Formats: sequence, structure tokens, C-alpha cells
Amino acid sequence: MNAPLGTLDRPNSYIGRSVSRPNAKRLLAGRGRYVTDLVLPRMLHAAFLRSPYAHARIVSIDAAEARAMPGVRLIATGGDLAKLCKPWSGTLDHFKGMKSAPQLPLPLEEVLWAGQAVVAVVADTRAQAEDAAEAIAVEFEELPPVVDVDAAREPDADRAAVAVSDNLCFGCRLDTGGIDDIFAGAAHIVEEEFHFGRHTAVTLEPRAILADWDASEGKLTVHHATQTPYQFQDLYSRHYGIPEASVRVVAPDIGGSFGMKLHVYHEDMAVVGLSMLCGRPVKFVADRIESFVSDIHARDHRVRARMALDAEGTILAMDVDDVTAIGAFSTYPRTSAVEGNQVIRLMGAPYRFDSYRAELSVVFQNKVQTSQYRAVGHPIACAVTERLVDMAAARAGFDPISLREKNLIPDGAYPFTSPTGYQFEALSHQKSLARLKVLMGYDALRAEQAALRGRGIHRGVGLASFVEISNPSPAFYGIGGARISAQDGAVLAVTPSGEIRCQISVTEQGQGTETIIGQIVADQFGIGREKVRVITGDTENTPHGGATWACRGAGIGGETALQAARKLRGNVLSLAATILQARPGDLDMRDGVVVDTRGAERVSLAEIARIAYFRSDTLPKDASAQLTVAHHHAPQGYPFAFTNGVQGCHVELDAETGFVKILKHWVVEDCGRIINPLLVDEQVRGGVVQGLGAAFFEECRYDENGQLTNGSLADYLVPMACEMPDIVIAHIETPTADTALGAKGCGEAGTAAASAAALNAVNDAMAPFGASIAQIPMTPTRLLKALGTI
Amino acid sequence: MTAAVPVTLTINGETLTRLAEPRETLADFLRRDLGLTGTHAGCEMGVCGACLVMLDGVPVHACLTFAVQAGGGAVETVEGLSESAVIADLQRAFHERNALQCGFCTPGMLVTAHGLLVRKATPSREEIRDALSGNYCRCTGYEAIVDAIEAVARRRAAGETAAAFLEEPA
Repeated sequence: MNAPLGTLDRPNSYIGRSVSRPNAKRLLAGRGRYVTDLVLPRMLHAAFLRSPYAHARIVSIDAAEARAMPGVRLIATGGDLAKLCKPWSGTLDHFKGMKSAPQLPLPLEEVLWAGQAVVAVVADTRAQAEDAAEAIAVEFEELPPVVDVDAAREPDADRAAVAVSDNLCFGCRLDTGGIDDIFAGAAHIVEEEFHFGRHTAVTLEPRAILADWDASEGKLTVHHATQTPYQFQDLYSRHYGIPEASVRVVAPDIGGSFGMKLHVYHEDMAVVGLSMLCGRPVKFVADRIESFVSDIHARDHRVRARMALDAEGTILAMDVDDVTAIGAFSTYPRTSAVEGNQVIRLMGAPYRFDSYRAELSVVFQNKVQTSQYRAVGHPIACAVTERLVDMAAARAGFDPISLREKNLIPDGAYPFTSPTGYQFEALSHQKSLARLKVLMGYDALRAEQAALRGRGIHRGVGLASFVEISNPSPAFYGIGGARISAQDGAVLAVTPSGEIRCQISVTEQGQGTETIIGQIVADQFGIGREKVRVITGDTENTPHGGATWACRGAGIGGETALQAARKLRGNVLSLAATILQARPGDLDMRDGVVVDTRGAERVSLAEIARIAYFRSDTLPKDASAQLTVAHHHAPQGYPFAFTNGVQGCHVELDAETGFVKILKHWVVEDCGRIINPLLVDEQVRGGVVQGLGAAFFEECRYDENGQLTNGSLADYLVPMACEMPDIVIAHIETPTADTALGAKGCGEAGTAAASAAALNAVNDAMAPFGASIAQIPMTPTRLLKALGTI
Repeated sequence: MTAAVPVTLTINGETLTRLAEPRETLADFLRRDLGLTGTHAGCEMGVCGACLVMLDGVPVHACLTFAVQAGGGAVETVEGLSESAVIADLQRAFHERNALQCGFCTPGMLVTAHGLLVRKATPSREEIRDALSGNYCRCTGYEAIVDAIEAVARRRAAGETAAAFLEEPA
């Protein structure tokens, strides 16, 4: 690794080492325990009748026939659940003027999108519940669907939901001033209108929940495929009026999440109520079609943007108008406005310029809601910025690399505040770009490109610099009134045998959270990592915390574990000093043994534990034998720890068919201290593939009536192994000084810039045709249209 | 139509008879009736590959196969393949290379890899990527999976035999 290990460099150090994941062996043996796998005694199954219309009024519901069908235990409507569950609204206080229709588990009168759950059926088996759902007769009165984003914004437009006064969920404006004058005097102006399609997370394991209300104890246990169990403990407690300590949320193995599994879904809230009504465990697992029409979608932006440069090619200003359509209401509790907010604040983030103006309009429509999904807002801001930079380079006569070298924030210019208000502690854009240039053999690629063009082969090279938001502080949700923790907690104990048990609030969805936490703790004790057992994902067995989202697992969770481990180590050494009649400062730990300053072994951790737990009678009366510690940590200092980097994409365009072959992709990224390079690299690659999916394949397509027309995995294209290139990863390490660990997030970096690099690469390939595209996904049809072929 | 009928088949070497509704898929039968939850249901239409199992020595989609269709056949799931250690070297290579994250696609990936290497001992990277074209992974970038399968093909070609995987220290 590049960075010196310094104070973290301890005997048996695991920080920075590519160790494999202990929990992965279980998954490889088919012994994963996902919510979809769980069975409880007397468990029932829920299915939902869903709205066939994008917007309609519920006139009547006739469930008499369904109630009499085999195995049916309960049929519940919106009114039945409304008696138990308090409604919610997806707004945040610090988004001034934001509005959204109140939500209940099932609607009372109005359905807002095609696929919305309307009636719940609980039966002995899922098949019986589905059979009965088909026998329910619901009479709907169709209402005009709001589909087109421009029509939605007309003053006399139909409303997407009766409960809102108009279709603007949220709007805001940033303006540093004088923009019109700067553009009027600029030597070069480039502008474009960009279209970003809707896509969705497509976790391989669909959403799954198993709620178990035990009236005899007044206790609710929810096994929930989520990344944020504490958030849901709070929500189930407040909306169903159950004391928080009587609500347990367990998130065992989770089959993919990517931000999608941290939002409140109507069916999930309903299942809790259904369990209370039945007095039995009730399980709901979305099938794939249900996932497509009820999981959050993401993106869906139209951005008009322009960039001004002076005669020397220096970026002077950006002017941006982002319109994003989010569905009929804002998701709860994080809202659907965060993405647009981040889009306008991440614009131009890697570049040094002072003047900026942006307008954001977040608009309701009758489609499933959009909300936070991997790299919230990043791909939009990055694609717009980087495409404009490439266009500016062409206009001002620069190579794309040289214009970036000229305008990226210099590595020595930090701390730096962006014109949108983000404070950057220390980034490495210039170093990253220089590294990428060598890594991808940029000059050779250009030479090859020129030679091949002569033979009718059209290759393109695209670059995209990026910043990624990680380690969010309380400024993110807390100040908006959402009960979402910025802090994380760890409870760390020495077992009587001298092993370590670490219960921590950050969760595991396959990133390797448990592994890196184990590495950090083992490192501080100088013991083998097999001696550390990490426990996550259970509100009853781990302390409260934010859990894993927005790339906070390593940066915040890791720091929490590090500080907790130091605290416990201090206690162990203090007790050892008592036992040895030595001074704690003269002792250290190596290989599970307390050593003195000369390195001589004095007493093992296991022996200290044995004495503390079983022979405290041999200790002095005032000795403190605290071999369990609890520690919480919240980010202090900068509001976010920004990760940065740059990506390169190499493609070949078949101008006759519009097909693009992705030849290779490169990433240089700087996530500060790397705890486990093996895990970081494959996280970045996974992120890149999701970004390339957005660039070329993935789009949730609706017709003019608001019907999703490609809600299956045969119709919605997800990147596959045969379409993806080898992805080369390199790292720069600029640890954040805000924590002892120095780690920043890495999980969203790949997604943040991959589609931007691909967009630039395809446009580069199309340049000889005088054609360009400003829309993703870049489907063959769209490319042929851009080329004028069709 | 929904009345259960007896089905006799061999699962992971054990011959058994159970009642199954004609409409019950092999995936549901394995997961629900037999508790073999290693076989996962992702798309339930034969696209994502999470449900792949070996049926009479060939990878098949358990979500597209009715349990009654498998009657008289021999099914091997990831549990059986693990216990017989025939995929131990694949499992080890996936583990070493971190060729999985959430693990939901992993049993299907292992079945595809096993089927491929039975069919072709030393496939190229392109052939491996092509063979995986029926297996979605949403977490990794696929590259580690390709690397792991390629490594196993090379190790097998060099005469390395599969040893136990699960008992090795993590």
C-alpha cells in the first residue's frame, strides 16, 4: 500500500491486507441464511392484489369469494391496517417547502401507480394467497395519469396525487451570482440537454420480510432483508405504537441491497400489521415482477447544462437546470429529493471554478417512486460535468486529458470549498489522472484509434473524474428531522477464553463489513483474526447505529471498531498491570499475550480473562475488571469524507448496428486508508458494472398510460459476464485526518463515474461522424438515431 | 389440478418420495419441502441462474422445472455438491479470489462453473464469460468469478485434485 501505516501498524497487522472473508465460506457452501430461507412455526404467507392502473380511485372491494378459498386466513384492506398504523410522509425539514402525500400500508381511496399493493391476502401458502388475490374483485375508477414530466409541471396539470396541491415535490436554487455576465463574456460556451433513464437495483434476492407479533409478550420480531435494521426498529415502533425496546429487527444474510433495501415499502409495513391481525408470523417475499413495480427506481433526470470557459481553456462557470421525476410521492424516511439535491451539488465537483447556478425541480408523476440507489446523484452530475468538459476540450482545441490537467483542483489546493458548498479536506485528482494516463496507456490508445479509424473501425476513449460522498455526518439526515443515525456503536468483549466478540451496528450485505471490522479489531489486539467474532444485523444483539449505507461501513463503522478496540485494550492492559504489578504504559499486546517494553511475554489474554471472570477474588478490591466496553462514534470535522478518482473507458462502436463493445475499463480511486484491497477492488468493479449497466442496458420503460412495459429480467437488461470487460483498478491513498483509521468509502466510486466515462467514450467513437448522444442508456436504436442511420 | 401427487427422485444421493402439487417447481420443492435452501429463486423465469441445480448430470433451472418432471431423476444441489467435495476446488478459488459478495447468485455460479469444467477442461476467459451468460451477479464485476474458474481449470489441468474445503480454517 502507498500510505505509511504509522500508528496503526501493529504486530499481526491486518489493516491493508487482502484477507478473504470468513463468512463467504458459508455462502459458498449454500448455507446462507437469507430472509427468503426462514421458516417459523405456524408461519403464514402474504400476497397482494395490485393496481392495474397508474392512477385510479378505489370504488369498491369485494373479497367474499376469496375469503372462502382454501388456506385463506385473512384479507385486509387499507382501512383494516389504517386502524393499527400511523401514516407517514417522506419529507425532510431542511428541504424547505418540500411536500408529499401521506402514505399508509395500503391505500384507502386512491392508487398512485400501476403495481401499487391494494389488498393483502394471508394464507397458509403463498400459492393459496395468490389464488385468493386473483378472486378479489376491485372496482376502480380511472383517473388521468400524470406521466410526462413537462405536462406534470404545467400550471393546470392533473395532479399525481389528490393530497398534493401541485406536482412540484421540491425545488431549490443555488446561485453564486453574476452567471449571465460570465457566460456573456466567455470565450467558449458548451451546452447540452441530457436525458437519464430510470433504472432499478435488481438485487438478486428480492425484498423479503417475515414479521412475528407475539401478543403474549407484546413483542414484535421482524426478520427483514434490509441494510438498516435500527431505522426499521424505530419505524415499526413509532408507526405501530410498540415500545422501541419491544421491537427487534434482524437482518441476517442479505442478497444484495445497493440502497434499495433501506426505504419504507408499503408491503413491508403491511406485513407487520398483518402479523398483528393474525397473531402469527407472516412472510412476504416479492417475486421478480413485484420487485420491478414496487422496489424503488432511480435516476430519471433531464438536465440542461452549460459550461463557460475563457480563451485559455479555464473553466469559469456552470449553469444547470435539473428536472427529476420521482413517482407519485416521496419515499420515507430519506425522501426522494436527496438525489436531485446531490446532483446539483456534485456538479463540477472535481474542478476549480467559482461561479455556479443551478435550479432543481423534483416532480411527481404516476409511476413507482424513485429514491436513493447506489451512488445517489453521482452518475448524473458526473456524466453532465464530464461530457461538458469533453465538449469544451473539443471546442477550445485541447486533448481531453490536458483540459482536465488544467482545470482539476490542484492536489496542493486543499482544503477547498466547491461553489456548491461542499468542503473537500484533501483529494488527489491530479495524481489520479496522471496515474490513469499511464495505467491505460492513453497515448498508445489514441495512436491505435487513429490508425483503426483509417480502416473503418471506430473506437472511443472516454474519461471521467469524480468525487464520491462518504461518511455522512448528522448534517445529512439528522438535521432534517429523520431518525437516522450518523453514529455507529460497538460492544467489544474479551471472552473467558481470551477471544474477542464484537457486536457492531454496521451491517453486512456482502461487501465484507464483518471481515474488515474483524481485521481492525484483531489488529489492535495483535491477535489472529480467527480469534475475533463479529456480530452484525440484529437490533437486540448489537448497539444502535446508522448501519451500512452511503459508504459509511469502513469510514464510520471501522473507526468505531478501532476506538472500541483501543478502549478495551486499555482496560486489558490496566488489569494486566494490576495482576503483574506493572505500569499499564509499560505493557503492550502481541499475539494474544501481554508483553513488556522489552518484548518479554508476561501474561496471556486468556489468563487475564480467566482471572477476571472466574477468580476475581484474587484481584485487589479496587481493581477494574471491565472486559466488555461499549463505544459510539459519529463523524466530527468535515461533514463528509469525499473519495475521489478517475475512470477510463475504451469502446468499439459498430456504426452499422449501433452495438457497442466495451473493450476495457480502468479506475484509479482514492478512498483513503484501504483496509482490505481484495474487497475494495471487487467493490469498485461491481460498482463499475452497475454504472455500465446504466450506460448501455438498464431502463425501466413506461408507456403513455404509466404502465411499466419491461418488468421482468427477460426484458430489463442487466449486465452479464459476457458483455463486461476486464476492469483494471489502481489506488492512491489519501487518508482522512478526521479519524485515526483514515478510511473513506469506496462502494459507490465505481457507479459514480462509469456511465460518464462510457458516455464520453461512445461520443469519442462517434466524433468522425459528426454525431453525438446525450442520453443513457445508449441503446443501439438511440445510437443509430444519433448517427442519422434511422 | 392442485392435488398433490407422489414424486420419487434422488436428491444428493438419497432416494426419497414426497407429495408435490403438479404446479410446484423443483426450486420450491427443494427449498420448501426439503429445506435445501442453498438453491435460490431470483427471477423465477430461467434468466438469472440463481436456482441452477444438476439434474442427471446437467445444470438445469430449478425454477423452470416442475418437481414432478424431476421424478425418477437424480438431483444434486449446492449442498450435495459441497458434501461430496466435487466443487471443493471451485469453492476454495471463489473464496480466495472473493468471487462473491452477497452470495445469492453463488450456488448457481458454482453449478454453472462445475457444468462448464465437466464439459470443457480448459476454457478460455471468453468461453468462461460466455458460459456465465445465464448467471446474473449484481455485486461483483464478474471478473473475480472468471478468475476463480480459470484458476481451477489450470489447477485441474496441472493435476491438482479437489480436497476438502469446508474444514479448512477460514
